[in-house]
Amino acid sequence: MAHTDTPFVGTVIDRRNQGGRSHGNRERFLKRYKSQIADAVRRSVNGRDIKDLANGQSEEVRIPKKDISEPTFHHGQGGVRDMVHPGNQEYVTGDRIKRPKGGAGGKGSGGQASDTGEGNDDFVFTLSKEEFMEAFFGDLELPNMARTSLAETPDFKWHRAGYSTDGTQTNLALVPSWKQKLGRKIGTGIPAKIRDIEEQLGLVEALWKGRKSEIPEGSDEYLWLRAEYEKVVADLEKQLQVLRLRLEKIPGLDPLDLRYRARQKVPQPYAKAVMFCLMDISGSMDEERKDLSKRFFTLLYLFLTRHYERIELVFIRHHTQAEEVSERDFFYSTETGGTVVSSALELMTKVIEARYPSSEWNIYGAQASDGDNWHHDSGHCRELLIGKILPLCRYFAYIQVATPEQNLWEEYQVVARSCKHFAMRKVSKPSEIYPVFRELFEKDKS
Amino acid sequence: MKSTPRPQVPGPAGPRAREPLPSPSDWTFALIDDYHRIIRETASRFGLDTYPNQLEIITAEQMMDAYASVGMPVNYRHWSFGKEVISTEKNYQRGHMGLAYEIVINSNPCISYLMEENTMAMQALVIAHAAYGHNSFFKGNYLFRMWTDAEGIIDYLVYARGYIASCEEKHGQLAVEEMLDSCHALQNYGVDRYRHPQRRSMAQERALRVEREAYAQQQVNILWRTLPKTHEVAHEEAKKRFPEEPQENILYFIEKHAPHLEPWQREIVRIVRKIAQYFYPQRQTQVMNEGWATFWHHKILSTMYDQGHLADGVMIELLKSHTNVIYQRGVGERGYGGMNPYALGFAMYTDLKRICEGGVWRGKEGEGGTFVPSDSHQLKEDQEWFPDLVGAPWLTVLDHAMRNFKDESFVGQYLSPKLIRQFRFFAVTDDEREEELRVAAIHDEGGYRRVREMLARQYDLGMREPNIQVWNVDVRDTRTLTLRHTRERNRPVADSAHEVLKHVARVWGYPVRLESVDETGKIVEKLDALPPKTK
Repeated sequence: MAHTDTPFVGTVIDRRNQGGRSHGNRERFLKRYKSQIADAVRRSVNGRDIKDLANGQSEEVRIPKKDISEPTFHHGQGGVRDMVHPGNQEYVTGDRIKRPKGGAGGKGSGGQASDTGEGNDDFVFTLSKEEFMEAFFGDLELPNMARTSLAETPDFKWHRAGYSTDGTQTNLALVPSWKQKLGRKIGTGIPAKIRDIEEQLGLVEALWKGRKSEIPEGSDEYLWLRAEYEKVVADLEKQLQVLRLRLEKIPGLDPLDLRYRARQKVPQPYAKAVMFCLMDISGSMDEERKDLSKRFFTLLYLFLTRHYERIELVFIRHHTQAEEVSERDFFYSTETGGTVVSSALELMTKVIEARYPSSEWNIYGAQASDGDNWHHDSGHCRELLIGKILPLCRYFAYIQVATPEQNLWEEYQVVARSCKHFAMRKVSKPSEIYPVFRELFEKDKS
Repeated sequence: MKSTPRPQVPGPAGPRAREPLPSPSDWTFALIDDYHRIIRETASRFGLDTYPNQLEIITAEQMMDAYASVGMPVNYRHWSFGKEVISTEKNYQRGHMGLAYEIVINSNPCISYLMEENTMAMQALVIAHAAYGHNSFFKGNYLFRMWTDAEGIIDYLVYARGYIASCEEKHGQLAVEEMLDSCHALQNYGVDRYRHPQRRSMAQERALRVEREAYAQQQVNILWRTLPKTHEVAHEEAKKRFPEEPQENILYFIEKHAPHLEPWQREIVRIVRKIAQYFYPQRQTQVMNEGWATFWHHKILSTMYDQGHLADGVMIELLKSHTNVIYQRGVGERGYGGMNPYALGFAMYTDLKRICEGGVWRGKEGEGGTFVPSDSHQLKEDQEWFPDLVGAPWLTVLDHAMRNFKDESFVGQYLSPKLIRQFRFFAVTDDEREEELRVAAIHDEGGYRRVREMLARQYDLGMREPNIQVWNVDVRDTRTLTLRHTRERNRPVADSAHEVLKHVARVWGYPVRLESVDETGKIVEKLDALPPKTK
């Protein structure tokens, strides 16, 4: 019975709940190698399937070891040096050994010396989802965002605010309530007394057992001792019973004990925003072009959903006619026809009128097309943009997923010259998508 | 210094345990306490003198964090520690770490970390190894007694972390990071090898800092004063070199004399230098320290087993672990990575005990075991090499060896021919002027002393690191700082030296030169670096 010895003063402290301490260090490391990490992320995005991208899998990043090494003074190769090694199998004094490749050092104590020579292997590590997204979109933002609707519809956010003594059943906090109860029970002193008596019982029993074997059974002394023993046990057990009864009478959970999770309303000024995604799915959009525009919208989608809690997305696709579709259909469904770009723009204005008054909403548009349009329509597109859409929009980005400059491109160039918040770019391979995307949404665009 | 008298022979064993301690694979706090109690009792029989112990349970993640910040429970923040965490995590996931998962801090009380994932047996191993082995080494070894302040280190690190965080706030993360990068590049050259540091508490450290900053700036100003002096004085000073004597502590020199550092930057230099100094003894006693801890975990746990405290299963797990820890690969073997300090140190202390006792114990030590005396050849050899040790009480001999040496002198003094044979040591000389490497000595009569000397030198920090000192400052003109590398057997510095020089130039603020001189004092190589252009 080790526990009955003198109390032991060894200190074991549980630090497990105190969390790691190095988070700041990892952040600093990532920050320092931001550009390398961004490069790695970019490379990986180009090679990846759109679906993987959308799933936001964690990402392996490689940085050449020499880029992150910390220089110190140490011995280089050359001169004369001695090394002592264990495990001699064959050599005798005076033997000559061929110099191992990779320099004079060979194996041994000079482990550091080799990291100047080669250092070809990479330092590989994994970014968490959040870090990946941060590297991906970290310095991007929706331009010209304004806190449009504030005063009329104040928005609230619920924050945790400790525990309170009243609340609804659903917010009952079990652990703190239980702690209150336990505290109350312990406070009565009964559990301690019970433990005390139990210990005494154990002692008496041990004592009796010890003596029992020493005296002949049936002798006077034996009988007397047994009677004594039984008397004491009975007495202690009676006390125990009383105490246990008293303990039982203490209610399990008194209403006094109950604690509820408290929440607090915090007013939240916010900016409402809506992004219109317009995609051309006409016959001239071959698989490659569709893939390009889908990649663009996937990036846009990820960026918006990761960075803006409150943003609505409207998906519009068009051939000769435009329709508003669900996110799923937008990315995955296949359907084709001729091309009338203005149909999508018309639909956009209608949706704005019906659902997104520009006094309340920050409105954004992004459009992808191969620039192939029914030629009478392009002028109309320009008029629609300049006359109706752009005055309502904070920013409108157009990407053309093909190189030829047809009349739509020319008309849009006119738009771009007159409106600062209209941007257009061309993209012809997947690897250009990300840089173009960055250009379009970089912070502090002048 | 007063200390309790140390026993020459182990104290009497207590009564044999009626039953072994429970050995579930999952530990509990109560069980750790029970094991710890018996480990402590056993350790005290052997007179291990330790700081009070504080055991802390932490998660694997926390262990890796601590590992990365040079094994300290608190440290300032720097990206390089983040890098370390990442590579430590990788090693851990690949299962490369083994018993390396044991961290113990040279502080008073001495803190040992127990990882949550360990089995009960492993916890016992770590307690014996760290809380009694390392702990007694920290308290006893002369280098630690002289150089490290076990009372104050945690306080100092708390202060350093706070100070550096406040610098980041005031001067920006980037500026602080640059300063730390530069200091880290020189941290091995930020130690006093011979002078004794003073001990101060955190409060004193803080108060002194203010004073120090004012005074340091004043000194620097005097040195760099540009007002014209009288002709005579100027002439007199032109002849003098500055510094008059070469300085080995480059960081100290920079802290005191760099012309343009701000007070906070000087303080950062000082912090890095102080922490480097704290770790200096550890770098010089790897074999001794790990060997000592390994010897004692082995001794304590097998004594406990003999006394009936440990179940067979526990003992088997412990021995398996112990065997892995002291495994030494030979030079041709896959995965050979130089000497394993645990293996060499453990073998040396064990061998010392054998020499003292004139043989080894099979099975139990003492009553109930068998003593196998060394054969006459061996006895003769021991007598010849270690006349003072044969027949001396082993506890006293080991205690003396632990207290008064560092790796270099420990190996130089105590590595026996028997161990040289056992490890099959051989020495190779690599001379760049020759086509091939030459085997200089092996484990034979003619080679023992050579091998021992060469292995000892291999542990000499002064030989492992290039000898580089502050040589001269061109005080009157370009303010160029010249460092001098005295080549040891014509060994050059590695290419990374140029990067280090850039760091020196950054903190010095003026051009920096590294001259390499050969053994005759002739300059054989020069490297230059300029400070970055200031905005």
